[in-house]
Amino acid sequence: MPAVQETVDQVRQIDVDQYKYGFVTDIESEKAPIGLSEDTVRYISAKKNEPEWMLQWRLEAYRRWLTMREPTWARVDYPKIDYQNAYYYAAPKAFKAPKSLAEVDPELLRTYEKLGIPLKEQEILAGVRKQGEPSQLDEDGLGGLATSGRVAVDAVFDSVSVATTFKEELKRAGVIFMPMSEAVREHPDLVKKYLGSVVPVTDNFFATLNSAVFSDGSFVYIPPGVRCPMELSTYFRINEKNTGQFERTLIIADKGAYVSYLEGCTAPMRDENQLHAAVVELVALDDAEIKYSTVQNWYPGDADGKGGIFNFVTKRGDCRGKNAKISWTQVETGSAITWKYPSCILRGDNSRGEFYSIAISNGRQQVDSGTKMIHLGKNTTSRIISKGISAGKSNNTYRGLVTAHRRATGARNFTNCDSLLIGDQCGAHTVPYIEAKNSSSVFEHEASTSKISEDMLFYCRQRGMSAEEATALVVNGFVKDVLQQLPMEFAVEAQKLISISLEGSVG
Amino acid sequence: MAEVAAIKTAAEQALTAAYEGARGRLPGTGTVAALRADAFKRFDAQGLPHRRVEEWKYTDLRKLMANAYPLAAAPDAAAKARAKSVATAFDTLDCRRLVFVDGVFVAELSDLSPEPGLTIGTMADALAKGDALVAGHVGKTFATEDVAVALNTALMGDGAVIKVAAGIELKRPIHLVFVAGDATPNACFIRSLIVVEDGAKAAIAESHEGGSAQVNCALELAIGDGAEVDYFKVTRTGGLHIASLLLTAGAKSRFDTFALTYDAALVRNQSFIRFAGEGAKGGMRGVNLQRGKEHVDNTLLIEHAAGHCDSREQFKAVLDDQSHSVFQGKIVVKPHAQTTDSKMMTRALLLSDEAEADNKPELEIFADDVVCGHGATAGALDPGLKFYLMSRGIDAQQAEALLIQAFIGETVEEVTHEGFRDALMTAAVQWLEGRAR
Repeated sequence: MPAVQETVDQVRQIDVDQYKYGFVTDIESEKAPIGLSEDTVRYISAKKNEPEWMLQWRLEAYRRWLTMREPTWARVDYPKIDYQNAYYYAAPKAFKAPKSLAEVDPELLRTYEKLGIPLKEQEILAGVRKQGEPSQLDEDGLGGLATSGRVAVDAVFDSVSVATTFKEELKRAGVIFMPMSEAVREHPDLVKKYLGSVVPVTDNFFATLNSAVFSDGSFVYIPPGVRCPMELSTYFRINEKNTGQFERTLIIADKGAYVSYLEGCTAPMRDENQLHAAVVELVALDDAEIKYSTVQNWYPGDADGKGGIFNFVTKRGDCRGKNAKISWTQVETGSAITWKYPSCILRGDNSRGEFYSIAISNGRQQVDSGTKMIHLGKNTTSRIISKGISAGKSNNTYRGLVTAHRRATGARNFTNCDSLLIGDQCGAHTVPYIEAKNSSSVFEHEASTSKISEDMLFYCRQRGMSAEEATALVVNGFVKDVLQQLPMEFAVEAQKLISISLEGSVG
Repeated sequence: MAEVAAIKTAAEQALTAAYEGARGRLPGTGTVAALRADAFKRFDAQGLPHRRVEEWKYTDLRKLMANAYPLAAAPDAAAKARAKSVATAFDTLDCRRLVFVDGVFVAELSDLSPEPGLTIGTMADALAKGDALVAGHVGKTFATEDVAVALNTALMGDGAVIKVAAGIELKRPIHLVFVAGDATPNACFIRSLIVVEDGAKAAIAESHEGGSAQVNCALELAIGDGAEVDYFKVTRTGGLHIASLLLTAGAKSRFDTFALTYDAALVRNQSFIRFAGEGAKGGMRGVNLQRGKEHVDNTLLIEHAAGHCDSREQFKAVLDDQSHSVFQGKIVVKPHAQTTDSKMMTRALLLSDEAEADNKPELEIFADDVVCGHGATAGALDPGLKFYLMSRGIDAQQAEALLIQAFIGETVEEVTHEGFRDALMTAAVQWLEGRAR
C-alpha cells in the first residue's frame, strides 16, 4: 500500500514540528561561568543573596556529589553527560525581582502568553488589572465570584522566578507561595526544617546535584486548617542554550490543610540535549492533603532523536501525619528521556498515596517512570494507575515499588499498569516490585500490554473518522481514568497533548 | 570512581579451591575443559551473586551461603544403602527410576530396561567420551550469563543424558531421583541433558528429597518441533539448592513444567525458557509451601523469540512463620514475536506477620501485536471464608487447611498428567496436615 505509506511518512515528518513550544525568546541573559565547581555553587548562592547556612548546605551537597556515580539501572540510553560543559545558572539580564507585575520584561510576558498560560493570569502578569479586581474578560464582570477557576502562577524562566501572581490574596489566607530563593531569605525556619527532609541531600546522583546547584522553584506553605483558596501553579521554561534547569519545589501542608498544585514545563527546540534535574518534596501533616499534578511537555527532540531535554527528576511526598493524603497525577509527553518516580512515604497511620500517570512516548523518546509506595504506618492505602503509550521507535517503562513493612498492618495497595503499543518498532516494559512483609497487608497488581484493537478502530472508521482520529479517541478512552484526576484546567490541555503526541503514529 | 574489587567470601574461596583441586579429575578434556575454564572465569570475576545483582536481588547468596561444602565423593556401599530407603513424592507412580546418589548415577538402583527410541546415558561418561549429543547441546540450549549456571558448568560432575527419538511416545514417565547418601554434608554439581526430538512425547520428573547437601543442578531440556513434554520437580531438602532449567521449545511444541517446593531450607529454582519456534505453547507453574525460616525463590526468564506462541505462568506461595518467598518473572517479547499471548500470575498467601513475600513480575515487550499481562497479589486468608467454614462445624485449623488447599489446588489442577497431579496434591496435603498438628 504505497499511498498509505506515503501518507504515513508525511505525517511522520510533520511530527518533528508538532512541538509548538519550540520557539526561543530573544532575551539577554546573565549566566554563571560554564562548568561546575565550588565557585559555581558560591556564585549561585551569592546571586540569590542566600544566608551562609544555605551556602554550606549546597557546598556539602556538591562535595558529596563528587563522590557519587551516575545511576545506570534505568532502561534509558543516552550519551554521557559532560557536566563541565553546561551552564548551571542563567537569568534574564538586568533582572531584579519585580515589585509588581508591571515591571516584568514584556518579552518574558510574551513568552508566557505564547505558552498559553490561561488568559486571566496573563492579564495579571501584564498588569492590565490589579490583583483582586474582577477580570474584564469575565462576561458579566463578576469574575470574582468564580473563584474556583483561578490559578496562582509562579513563572520560572531558566534559573529564576520571574513572577508570582495572587501573592497578596494568598497571603490573606495565610498561604505562603513564593519562589524558593525568596523563601530561603524570608522563611528560613520553615525552609531549614523541611528542605531535604523528604529527599535527603544524599538521596541519589541527580538529587544531590540539584541540592548543590538548585536555582529556583516554588515554596508553598499552607497553615493548619486552611484550604488553599485557589490552585497553585508553576510554569517552568528553559530558554537559554546549553543550560540546565535545577528547580527545587517544597510544599508543606500543615495539619488539616489542602492544596492543589500544578506544574507545567516547556523548552525551545535545540539540537543539543539539556539537563533538567529537579527535586520536589511534599510534606503532608495530620489530615492534610496535597494534590500534585504535572503536565510535562519538555522538548522531546526531533524524529531522529536529536536534541531534547533529559528529565531526571526526584519527586517524593511524605505523609508524615495521620490521615494525610498525597496524590500525584502526571501526564508525560515531552522530554527525550524521562526518569522520574514520584513516590509516597506513607508514614502516618491511615495515610493514603495515589499515583495516576499517563506516559506517552513517540519518536525516539525514552521513558522510565513509575512510583514507589512505601507503607510504614498502619492501615495505609495506595493506588497506582499507570498508562503507558509507546509509538514510533520509543521505549516506555513502568518501574514501581510497593512495599509494606512489618508494622504497616492493614496496608492496602491496588496497582494497575497498562501499556499500549502503536507500531512495531516501539517497546513497552513493566518492572514492578511488590514486597509484602506482614500478613494483614493486601496487595493487588495487574498489568497488561496490547495494541489498539482493530475492531475498535474499524468501528470508529466505519463511522467516518480518520485513522488518526479513531486512534486518538481510543487512546483517550484508554487514559480516561487518569485524565479524570487532573484539575479541570489541565485536563483539557492534557487531552490536546495526547492527540498531538500521537499524530503520525498510526500505521 | 572505579569499581572496588570485592573481598572474596569464605564460600567463594572454598569454591575456587574446589575447582582448582578438582579440575584434573572432573570428566572431560579439550573443549569440555575449556568450557569449564571459561565458565569458572566468569564466576571468579563476578563472585557469588548478591543483592546488587538485579536477578538475585532478593536471594543474596553472598550472605546466605556462609560456606561451601567439599565436593561429594563417589557414593560407597553405605551411602547407596542409605539412598535406597529414601521415599519420594512420586513413589506411587509407575516410573522408570534413574537414581543419583550424591549426584552420581547408580546403575544398580536404576531401571535401565531397554525401550525403543529411548537412549539413556550419564553426563560423566558423555563428557569423558566427548559424546556428540552432549557436545552439541551443553551450554547451548539457552546461553546465559547467570553465575549459578556458570558455576555449574565449571564443576559439573554427573547427571542424566536422555534422548527420546523423533516420533516416539514414552510408555512410562522417567523419574530422576536425586538423593543424599553421604552422612556429612557435601556439595554436588549436577548437569543433565534431555533431548526430546521432533514429535516425541515424554513425561519427566525430578525429585530432590532429604539430606542437607549443597546442590547446584542444571537441566538442559531441548524440545523439538511438535514434541510434548511434561516436567515435574519436587524439592524437599535441608541444604542450599540451586536449580537451573534451561529450556528451548521448537515450533508447535507443548510443554508444561511444575515445581513443588516444601520443607526446603533454601531453594532457588530458576528457569530460562525460550520459545524458539512458532506456535509453541508452554505452561510454567509452581507451588511453595514454607514455614520456619525457609527461603524459596522462583525466578523465570521467558523469551518469546518466535511468533504465535502462548505461555502461561502461575506461581503460588503459602508462607508461615518467618519464611520468605521470592517470585521474579520476566517475559521478554522479541520484535518479531507477533501475536504472542502471555499471562503470568503470582500469588502469595501470608499466614504469619513475620513472613515476607517479594514479587517482581516483569514485562519487556518489543512487538505490537501481543496480548501480555501479569498479576500479583499478596495477602492473608479471607477471614470471611474461614468463618463460613467454622460456622459449619469445621475447626479453625482444618478450615485454614481447606482454604489453603483450595488456594494451591487452583494451580495443581492445571497439571494435565493425572498421576502426577494426584501425587503433587497428596504431597501438599501431607504438608498441610503436618502443619495442623
